[in-house]
Amino acid sequence: MCPGIATDHEYSEQELDRIIQEAVEANGSVRDAVIPILSEINQKLGFIPVESLGKIRRYINTPEAGLFLADSHLYAVASFYQMFSLTPTGKHVVRYCASAPCHVEGGRQVIEALQEQLGLQPGETSHDNQWTLLKTSCLGVCGVGPVFLVDQDIYGNVTPEKIPHILAKYR
Amino acid sequence: MKSIRTMILVTNDPISVERGAQDVFQMFQTEIRKADLYDEIKLSTISDVGEREDLPLVIIYPEAVIYSQITTEEVPVLFDEHIINGRIVRSLLSKMHEPVGEIAWLRARLGALPAQQRVVLGRVGQVDPESLADFLTQDGYAALEKALFEMTPEQVIDEVQKSGLQGRGGAGFPTGRKWDFVRSAHAQPKYVICNADESEPGTFKDRLIIEGDPFSLIEAITIAGYAVGAETGYIYIRGEYNLGFERLQNAIRQAEEQGLLGNHILGKDFNFHIHLHAGAGAYICGEETALIESLEGKRGQPRARPPYPPSYGLWGKPTLVNNVETLANTPHIIRNGGEWYHQFGSEKSRGTKIYTILGNVNFTGVIEVPFGITLREMIEIYGKGMEKGARLKLVQTGGSSGSIVPASLQDTPMDFESWRSTGASLGSGAMLICDEHTCVVDLAKVLLDFFRFECCAKCTPCRVGTQRCYEIVDSISKGLGSPDMIDELKILGADMELLSNCGLGQTASVAVRDILKHFKDEVEQHIFEHKCAAGVCQFIQKTPFEQNLLSAQAGAEIESEEVVP
Ligand SMILES: Cc1cc2nc3c(=O)[nH]c(=O)nc-3n(C[C@H](O)[C@H](O)[C@H](O)COP(=O)(O)O)c2cc1C
Repeated sequence: MCPGIATDHEYSEQELDRIIQEAVEANGSVRDAVIPILSEINQKLGFIPVESLGKIRRYINTPEAGLFLADSHLYAVASFYQMFSLTPTGKHVVRYCASAPCHVEGGRQVIEALQEQLGLQPGETSHDNQWTLLKTSCLGVCGVGPVFLVDQDIYGNVTPEKIPHILAKYR
Repeated sequence: MKSIRTMILVTNDPISVERGAQDVFQMFQTEIRKADLYDEIKLSTISDVGEREDLPLVIIYPEAVIYSQITTEEVPVLFDEHIINGRIVRSLLSKMHEPVGEIAWLRARLGALPAQQRVVLGRVGQVDPESLADFLTQDGYAALEKALFEMTPEQVIDEVQKSGLQGRGGAGFPTGRKWDFVRSAHAQPKYVICNADESEPGTFKDRLIIEGDPFSLIEAITIAGYAVGAETGYIYIRGEYNLGFERLQNAIRQAEEQGLLGNHILGKDFNFHIHLHAGAGAYICGEETALIESLEGKRGQPRARPPYPPSYGLWGKPTLVNNVETLANTPHIIRNGGEWYHQFGSEKSRGTKIYTILGNVNFTGVIEVPFGITLREMIEIYGKGMEKGARLKLVQTGGSSGSIVPASLQDTPMDFESWRSTGASLGSGAMLICDEHTCVVDLAKVLLDFFRFECCAKCTPCRVGTQRCYEIVDSISKGLGSPDMIDELKILGADMELLSNCGLGQTASVAVRDILKHFKDEVEQHIFEHKCAAGVCQFIQKTPFEQNLLSAQAGAEIESEEVVP
């Protein structure tokens, strides 16, 4: 359930198979397990490779229990939720809150500083695959806005001056 | 800075002013200066206290005492006795028994302190959130025990109905009635879903309950299951709440181990299981039918309604969907009775409400207070006043789908009915307090950007409407606005409200509507004068005057170049 924990994108066919098999076994071959399964894969690989959808379908479908999912069902779900990525992300994922409370408390300057210092626009990944910058909606820590997230770590009360020090920890 | 302990309000409506209210105000100022109590006493004015004969009034908080017909002579006495010695000056008290207008609510509170009343958050910070044993020593599971051993499911629902509890997820639907709908539905099995997808910007009240007192939520869901006749409950928690997820997971496990979840709970013929389900990042999944779709493993797109979840919910079965805060109220109601709950709040909005205070105030955070306090109280007492040098301009309420409340409405009591009558909504309880450095056009742009980003794209009015509204506001903010855009925004907003499939599209334009209602001048300034009073918007196009000037200058340069050789 954790978004974009960045890992190595190098994985073998067998490894992918194993991860999927484990995820399906842990969550069950039921329709409502689709999101937990996708979450687990996203968490382990940092993204959901499109070729994994067909494999999930093969593991999860249990015709005797009345479960028939098509690849398109899985693709529809995987492409809907913001915590899932269908393309590889950088080693570290920076998500900044773009909602109104952070904005009013000085978020605009923070966003501009982040974009400048990473040299990225929201949605982009750096060429060296170190950083991905994403925009997110409210993270529920507005008491200390403006806020951004590096991987799983939340930084609150951020000012443009603090950003270099925060990013340096991950370089 | 010390915290404000007292607030003095002096009326300044025309009649009061005619009778010397301004002198009274100045007199208080002098007294405060003399006593050197700037840091502790806040002096302010209040208008519109209804038609009354005994003006001017002086209202003192937190006691909420009303003194009437105050003249400058009485001020020193009042100040010494009430403020310094803490004694109410009975001879000066208002004789009118039925306050009307914006202070009518004072009576309902009977002079009680607008102190925090922690019901739902009562245990947060005091109980070990990872220990069932600790929870049990603090009245934990007393309500479930009472429900199972002393009450029928119908009686449980009756008690919730009697309490007057209304849903805290945004719509304010009477909770007891919803429970009754689900109970009286015929199909089996039934489900209970706790909506913990809290993603309304600026709202984190549910997170506090989940992280601080997870067992109470488990108890509440179990009670709801007993009341409506369900054996399965789900908690749909937003994917970003990692700590909350772990705490709930732990709470469910411990409750199962102690026989408080599972089969034959407390030895009774009642089985109940709770599944924890994490979302994957989509605001729209907070909408109850989208949530159900998502639970079923699909895209989180709201269904067409009716049928509503109480008759056709999860897997097509009767389903109760309640917000975390709503559910967390119920064990207290069951334990103490529905009548007990009436001591909090106002006639039509019973109980307490958890608010998140955000923005340009000295203190941001969470409070739980009875319904009926005012924005002014919230800002001055709990928010500890506006930030240094800041003046209140507007409050954006209830997250993104809430409304924009201008400073002039800050004395309206915050309860469902009073706010509805001013056309505003309390929504999820987020109060984003904005000072004069906030530009309404820029604020509208941020809100609309959120909606176009979070729109599920199922229905056209919302998908196209949010995008188009954003484009219009964006161009206004860049100085590319044209006069007909205001009308286009109004028409689009009305269409979206009428035609959208769910609350997202229906409320996406509320902020714009409110801005055009309360701050039209400012928007027009952007369009006609290319001026942003707050100094936020950066215009890329010049005003016609500036353009003329520029081209005239350019022309002059070209001419001069021609002359030189
Ligand atoms: C766009 C949208 C988002 C919503 N988000 C939430 C949410 O995050 N949490 C919530 O409890 N209710 C949310 N709701 C309200 C739910 O649809 C539903 O009314 C509520 O969960 C009912 O619970 P209650 O009766 O306890 O208020 C949302 C509604 C809409 C239209």
